[in-house]
Amino acid sequence: MKLTLKIWRQKNAGTKGSFKTYQMDDVSPKMAFLEMLDALNKKLVEEGSDPVAFDHDCREGICGSCGMYINGHPHGPVPAITTCHLSMRYFKDGETVWIEPWRAKPFPVIKDLIVDRSAFDKIQIAGGFISVNTGAAPEANSILVQKRNSDEAFDSAICVGCGACVAACKNASAMLFVSAKISQFALLPQGRIEAKQRVRAMVDKMDELGFGNCSNTGACEAECPKEIKLTNIARLNREFYKAF
Amino acid sequence: MSKILFSSITKKFVMALAGLFLLTFLPVHLFINLMLLKSESEPFNTAAHFMATFPLIKIMEIVLFGAIIIHISWGIFLQIQNWFARPVGYVSRNKSEVSFFSKFMIWTGAIILTFLIIHWFNFYFVKIGLVKGNPEDFYGMAHSLFKIPVYNIIYLTCFALLGFHLFHAFYSAFQTLGLNHRIWSPVIKIVALVYAILIPAGFAIIPITLWFFR
Ligand code: SF4
Ligand code: FES
Repeated sequence: MKLTLKIWRQKNAGTKGSFKTYQMDDVSPKMAFLEMLDALNKKLVEEGSDPVAFDHDCREGICGSCGMYINGHPHGPVPAITTCHLSMRYFKDGETVWIEPWRAKPFPVIKDLIVDRSAFDKIQIAGGFISVNTGAAPEANSILVQKRNSDEAFDSAICVGCGACVAACKNASAMLFVSAKISQFALLPQGRIEAKQRVRAMVDKMDELGFGNCSNTGACEAECPKEIKLTNIARLNREFYKAF
Repeated sequence: MSKILFSSITKKFVMALAGLFLLTFLPVHLFINLMLLKSESEPFNTAAHFMATFPLIKIMEIVLFGAIIIHISWGIFLQIQNWFARPVGYVSRNKSEVSFFSKFMIWTGAIILTFLIIHWFNFYFVKIGLVKGNPEDFYGMAHSLFKIPVYNIIYLTCFALLGFHLFHAFYSAFQTLGLNHRIWSPVIKIVALVYAILIPAGFAIIPITLWFFR
């Protein structure tokens, strides 16, 4: 199929970017979206021009690095997948595809479609951990966990930190990410011990970095490739009130 | 501690509480307004007089103004922060599936505020003596306002937008307070919908009746 790509090109953080148009004439519906971009880049390199910079690593939906804003959707139009899982069969012949980087003050563009997501790392460093002595692994069943809690904690822990929630949110709020990280600990006995310090530190950091305020709009939940639920945000709020 | 007081979540908590308080005030106001439909002015004017003079209500009035000021100022402040959080926008319009009315809270809110200011000029400022008029005859004043078609159109439009605002607000306040429940949240959404239709409809009945059926 034939596609017209409108891709954001920006040399570096300091320069102004703009959209460039690229014509793709032989895209197979069997291709992955990132393969299609690889094909474009191959062409660009052969022409001697600068290939489109985009972030990717695992290409199997677990590293969270491949975020890009495709036709008004973070990670493209298909729910519950990352860009690397997106197939070209979801696009129509002759379609124009707009590809933009995440837009948020705390996620500055590094180059083209790559943004600096280290703001998420800073939030994690502020409190997204438990303090334990290293050494021999403790007996797994010495602290019992209710099945329901362990399941919910796991569902929260699968957040890959991709930033699609921030990208989708009209307020560029990071509440879904932070709430997933808070929940994965809050639901487990090991995480309760430092729960108060954790929630304060992570929310402080989130605010300090300039993310917006949640307005319960729900775009984050709709676009999250890991289907992290808004119930996590309610839990984050509760945890925060408990920390007063 | 000061950090916790000025955190994004605390601000939203305060917004939600103030908003919920305002939600309780609307049915009271509506109940009194419905007396405007009676052909004699006595019951409405008595109720209005009671609201203006009863000590407990006077205290509630201070709380009410406090809630309004907090709700509006925090709302504007949070919105400005939110705009700053995305200095460069997207070219393709966001197509995420979202709660539709939540996208326009600042704008529906701004229109409601404009209406509120008109409303204060028409009534509240008369009551406190800032604007000329007879504070003992709000019935007559309301009836003469509802004779102006432009006023009625503005009134009805504002109450429709109030409904949009209330629908998201009602559900959203509970989520902000941390109350999200597998069974109860869908119930809250239904109650929110009913409330957001009934209250504005109740207010709208008054000009519609007076305009078309009297
Ligand atoms: S909550 Fe979802 S969208 Fe947000 S960072 Fe985690 S996986 Fe990505
Ligand atoms: S490349 Fe790792 S999640 Fe897409």
